[in-house]
Amino acid sequence: MVDVEKKPLTPSDAQLSNREYKYGFVTNVEVDEFPKGLNEGIIRQLSAVKGEPEFVLEFRLKAFRHWLTMPAPNWAHVAYSAIDYQNLRYYSAPKKRGEGPKSLDEIDAEVLATFNRLGIPLSEQKRLTGVAVDAVFDSVSVGTTHQDILKEHGVIFCSITEALKEHPDLVRKYMGTVIPYKDNYFAALNSAVFTDGSFVYIPKGVRSPLELSTYFRINAAETGQFERTLIIAEEGSYVSYLEGCTAPMRDENQLHAAVVELVALDDAEIKYSTVQNWYAGDKDGKGGIYNFVTKRGLCAGDRSKISWTQVETGSAITWKYPSVILKGHHSIGEFYSVALTNNKMQADTGTKMIHIGRNTRSRIVSKGISADQSVNSYRGQVKIMASATGARNHSQCDSLLVGDQCSANTFPYIEVKNKSSTVEHEATTSKISAEQIFYLKSRGIDDEGAISLLLNGFCKEVFKELPLEFSVEAVRLLEMKLEGSVG
Amino acid sequence: MLVIKGLKAKVADTDKEILRGLDLTVKSGEVHAIMGPNGSGKSTLSKILAGHPDYEVTGGSVEIDVNFRSKNLFDMAPEERARNGVFLAYQYPVEIPGVSNSEFLRASFNEICKHQGADEMDPLEFDDFLKAKLKFLSMSESFISRAVNVDFSGGEKKRNEILQMAILSPRLAILDETDSGLDVDSLRIVSEGVNKLRTKDNALVLITHYQRILNHIVPDHVHVLYKGRIIKSGDKTLAMQIEKHGYDALIKESKESKESRESKESKEFMAPGEHGN
Repeated sequence: MVDVEKKPLTPSDAQLSNREYKYGFVTNVEVDEFPKGLNEGIIRQLSAVKGEPEFVLEFRLKAFRHWLTMPAPNWAHVAYSAIDYQNLRYYSAPKKRGEGPKSLDEIDAEVLATFNRLGIPLSEQKRLTGVAVDAVFDSVSVGTTHQDILKEHGVIFCSITEALKEHPDLVRKYMGTVIPYKDNYFAALNSAVFTDGSFVYIPKGVRSPLELSTYFRINAAETGQFERTLIIAEEGSYVSYLEGCTAPMRDENQLHAAVVELVALDDAEIKYSTVQNWYAGDKDGKGGIYNFVTKRGLCAGDRSKISWTQVETGSAITWKYPSVILKGHHSIGEFYSVALTNNKMQADTGTKMIHIGRNTRSRIVSKGISADQSVNSYRGQVKIMASATGARNHSQCDSLLVGDQCSANTFPYIEVKNKSSTVEHEATTSKISAEQIFYLKSRGIDDEGAISLLLNGFCKEVFKELPLEFSVEAVRLLEMKLEGSVG
Repeated sequence: MLVIKGLKAKVADTDKEILRGLDLTVKSGEVHAIMGPNGSGKSTLSKILAGHPDYEVTGGSVEIDVNFRSKNLFDMAPEERARNGVFLAYQYPVEIPGVSNSEFLRASFNEICKHQGADEMDPLEFDDFLKAKLKFLSMSESFISRAVNVDFSGGEKKRNEILQMAILSPRLAILDETDSGLDVDSLRIVSEGVNKLRTKDNALVLITHYQRILNHIVPDHVHVLYKGRIIKSGDKTLAMQIEKHGYDALIKESKESKESRESKESKEFMAPGEHGN
């Protein structure tokens, strides 16, 4: 008899469980937190603890009262049991000592260590160069790096809480204008109970000297995270912003419901990138984050440009449609997405491109990868209004299946009210096959290399939109998730 | 270079036996043609040599030379076999959407460089190297940027296999029905490419149904495979004989000789002192 090493071509349980989520740890830190439950009292308490101006509390209460009248949406291609909003905590923050940290070096050591472990050093000596970071831990921003350099250029980059205190008029002018609190169920909830997130203001004609980045960390159990981010790019300005996120591994699901609004005035450009790596639950679908997010950009000015790039690799359920309203003439909206689902993850993600201005252009490139028993749907809307003479859209939606138990769906909605416009939609579905892997192996490339080659090939149009260091990270993240599913 | 002894194999997880004691010895610089009717086990042999998991080896041995040392092929994973100079030109090359030929070839080439302790090539360097190889094989530069085998014609796919062979310079290349589905001109072009890649240090195993490719790539030895065993070996005239008379005559002849051999073996069993003649 001859021993032949035979590698199975289907995944085994052992291989699947090997795919570790290395950010799944919990930080032990003393916290200030609210009791569970949601009511006007909690909202008033939240507003008080944040020391907000009166108009914010009014905004919150209006949103809350409206939210109470709304049914939870059920149109997305995802399944989960109803969320008990009274069984969640709406505020949890590392305990403040005295007046709170005056500088980044005074941040709670445990919290600092947590961000170090996540690869986001915050202290003055070790902080990343070239990128300014706002670090959000549960319900609060614990610090923002490089604010001094940014200030020299007139760029404001701080937490939304700080912005509400320091620049209330600016926030008031824009908050809720792109995503009104009535927009949808989760936007209304967020408008009522949002805790922290980032605020960015780029003055006229300024190109941000640094990349701006926010890192969201969920740590506390049974607590929802309600991120609120607002980015304003004045005439002729430019900013590239990235966000990252992780959470501990827990058997219970946790909610992250964010609202992100972008406003680009004449000739301004905002490039917004996300590498989403929330805990996705175990292989049986237990635990993980519900990522129910409303992100929208307004190309308010002529020739403005907003570009969303997302690499979605985590979350038990993703419900997310970063969109662009193309109001300014000749404005440009872009959406580049890679969404990977494995185990029992569910993703319903895509974009909306609303063409209002003349000669507006939008481009959608969506790459969905589904493995194991996951469900991955692209949902996109392209709407050309009657005023959008000469508007153009091109959509490309590709799905890649790994194994034979997953599913991929494409739900494109196209509405055209102006005859001079051009709308194109292309979609493909392909499969990573054992034969492809073997072919590559017989050319000297091992399993890992084969998966990397196939993934890069499938996703390259999106990866090239990411800032370089994040693109490398994103590829590695996807490879790790897929190992064991193929070959 | 390659020594196959008594190789037996079946389709994995079944009892379907395909190779039933195959012997073959290939030396450096030689070209061997393996011919045989449909279902004789030709393609199975090529896949087993490459390490395809659809087949299970149940007996015999395959040794190949790695750095002047004989090594058990089955101790090596498919990628290690490739890194040690074993190359299979596929009968049906696999399509890989999204991955450009140059990315694929560079990844493959660099793996082999890494294994052999040579410097890897960066994309620019490799581009020049690839262009030179394309020129050498009279192939168009359009092969560089196209996705691997996607929307390639049958002839282009086969030429792309030969391009890979040119890039990787294997010591042992197994060409599995590289001639099938090629028109006369494509066959000539592919064959010319293969001939250009022949050296005294490498060896070729051509698996084919038909004699016609052997007009272009002249073999030193021709073997006829039938029911998982080589039933006859000879020089290039054997291929011509097959072209003229078909496999049936050979198969019949082999059955007769097998029967007589078996009866002889039984006699030997009866009288053990008599063997050797």
